[in-house]
Amino acid sequence: MQNEQEFQEAPETVAATSALIKLGKPVTDTWVLSRDEENLPESRPAIVPLALWQQHADRDDLAPWLPSDTELTPELAAALEKAALVAIDFPAFTDGRGYTLARLLRERFGYAGEVRAIGDVLIDQLYYMTRCGFDALALREDQELESALKALTAFSVSYQPAVDLNEPLFARRLRER
Amino acid sequence: MYRYDSYDQTLVDERVAQFRDQMDRYLAGKLGEEEFRPVRLQNGLYIQRHAPMLRIAIPYGMLSSDQLRALATITRRYDRGYGHFTTRQNLQLNWPAQEDVPDILADLAKVQMHAIQTSGNCIRNTTSDQFAGIAKDEVVDPRPWCELIRQWSTLHPEFAYLPRKFKIAVTGATEDRAAIHVHDIGLRLFLDDAGELRFRVLAGGGMGRTPMIGEVVRADLPWQHLLTYLEAIVRVYNQFGRRDNKFKARIKILVKALGIEEFARRVEEEWAHLKDGPQTLNEGAVDEAKTHFPEPPRRPVAESAIVAYEQLRQENRAFARFVTNNVMDHKVSGYKAVTLSLKRREAAPGDITADQMDAVADLAQTFGFGEIRVTHEQNLVLSDVPVDEIEVLWQQLDALGMANPTVGTLNDIICCPGGDFCSLANAVSIPIAQAIQERFEDLDFLYDLGPIDLNISGCMNACGHHHVGNIGILGVDKKGEEYYQISLGGNADDDVSLGKILGPSFYREDVPGVIDKVLQVYVEKRLDEERFLDTYRRVGHQAFKERVYAE
Repeated sequence: MQNEQEFQEAPETVAATSALIKLGKPVTDTWVLSRDEENLPESRPAIVPLALWQQHADRDDLAPWLPSDTELTPELAAALEKAALVAIDFPAFTDGRGYTLARLLRERFGYAGEVRAIGDVLIDQLYYMTRCGFDALALREDQELESALKALTAFSVSYQPAVDLNEPLFARRLRER
Repeated sequence: MYRYDSYDQTLVDERVAQFRDQMDRYLAGKLGEEEFRPVRLQNGLYIQRHAPMLRIAIPYGMLSSDQLRALATITRRYDRGYGHFTTRQNLQLNWPAQEDVPDILADLAKVQMHAIQTSGNCIRNTTSDQFAGIAKDEVVDPRPWCELIRQWSTLHPEFAYLPRKFKIAVTGATEDRAAIHVHDIGLRLFLDDAGELRFRVLAGGGMGRTPMIGEVVRADLPWQHLLTYLEAIVRVYNQFGRRDNKFKARIKILVKALGIEEFARRVEEEWAHLKDGPQTLNEGAVDEAKTHFPEPPRRPVAESAIVAYEQLRQENRAFARFVTNNVMDHKVSGYKAVTLSLKRREAAPGDITADQMDAVADLAQTFGFGEIRVTHEQNLVLSDVPVDEIEVLWQQLDALGMANPTVGTLNDIICCPGGDFCSLANAVSIPIAQAIQERFEDLDFLYDLGPIDLNISGCMNACGHHHVGNIGILGVDKKGEEYYQISLGGNADDDVSLGKILGPSFYREDVPGVIDKVLQVYVEKRLDEERFLDTYRRVGHQAFKERVYAE
């Protein structure tokens, strides 16, 4: 609840001053993020709410962000295909729906562009996000970049297949035997 | 039992390093209380009433002697020399220092143990039948399947932030000793008419403040699809489970809201995409898992030894009591499974001292191939004891205070730590258990009553499983005062039922007296060898209610 309130009180458009990690490396972010549901921001390129983006889907200086309760239908996935990037919002880091959304977007619908985590994006969730197909991580402002980069490689082995790995460990064991 | 290879070991070691770094950042003020919370919970660390609590995972209740000795050492080094076995087959330390936890986890990793996902809104430790692999009524050994589920669910990247906790139980026997009807997912292994191995998949069971009995999502899932099907269920839950109200966030609320048909339809729709994917199991993978659970090298037991054992049972009344209550038949003739009681008046149900842990580790090596099982009734089991060694084992257990011949009786109480330790509790539970044990300690009376499950929870979270106790006791808080609500008729077995509340709640000191009245009604009304539960079901709630509330 606290997080939701903070978002409501935050300025509608924020320059992306917080760190962005892309493909495991810090990069300069050229996109601004807007949470204004009604109006397009002046700065471009801009990540805007999904509904607003759908009204301007032909603009290549706009990209959508998906709320965590988005129902990712085949129709929506087809529309997203032409987006330069798709951001998925974490309204609170404890809201785990974004992990499923990212996997569906990658694995079921084969989206190949950038999938960006925005919102309450914290160091200790980055490893799981990466496994689920997020290749861009827009850290919450207070997060330390150095620790964040370290957290990406916390584990060198995993039991399950995900977007980063197509083979479960049980299959790898059989293969290596 | 399952032994780590270098991959398992690497993962657990890396988890310790990760948590050490997280703890360092927390202690340095770089990681806030709120952000640290799920991180520590998913490593078993709670902040409790008096001190932190650490819950250590014991996958499907299997422990080796070496592991139990390591646990004894840990409780001496970092705690107060004892531990508490829980209703989910785990071990809790009640007094660790928060900053010691990374070192404790490192010590656990040295004996192939961890505390991963023992708390938090994620998939918890999978539980199973404490008699897996040795029960006479077993159709399929559930342990290899439990291990496959353990691996699938460990650090699952998609399911670390579910709406709420998620518990899976598996049974492979005719009689359900894993309470699969009251789990988020319950799995029953069986052979179909063609002899093919299948799973009956239940979902939406659970206890807590809204107890519900799980419903069938799929009656006959072929084994190859176990993991993809579980993934489909948890994915549907992750997407559609409620996140706005923590008391309505368990999967049971979703299943109830959608109805089982619609819920199953969504699962099947999701599964259609996952089916035959990379997580589909093959014989190689299952055979590999099975190699970890071989038959132990049992020796032949002579017929004369079996006769001598039965003879001793006839002649020695104390031994007979122990055998009748604490010794269970085994699939192999000449062998038995022996339950070590952790129910004594001097200690909380499930508590065990470090010295007892060391002693049990030795006994397991002498009498049971170095293996120990933890039961959800908070006792321990040595699963493979030859009948000609039971007398000696019994004597040694007696010396340790672990031979109480009361397993399955009214005195074998299931109980949560309650208000003495837990910050969630409304009321104490351990002193209630002790008061009841004190009042009904006459063994002949207990045996005459026959099997009765008495379960006590200190709050709505129902860690003491009061909803499925034949007699359930729940601590409630009314304007800052402790009261106890009593329910009757709950049962966790196959003919599962949830207890019905008797009426207005009672003062703490009145509880044993109320239990006495309930038992009087049973003793008067029962027919022949009828169990408490059956009498209750036959004569109905009212008879008990009238007696208890009579002026």
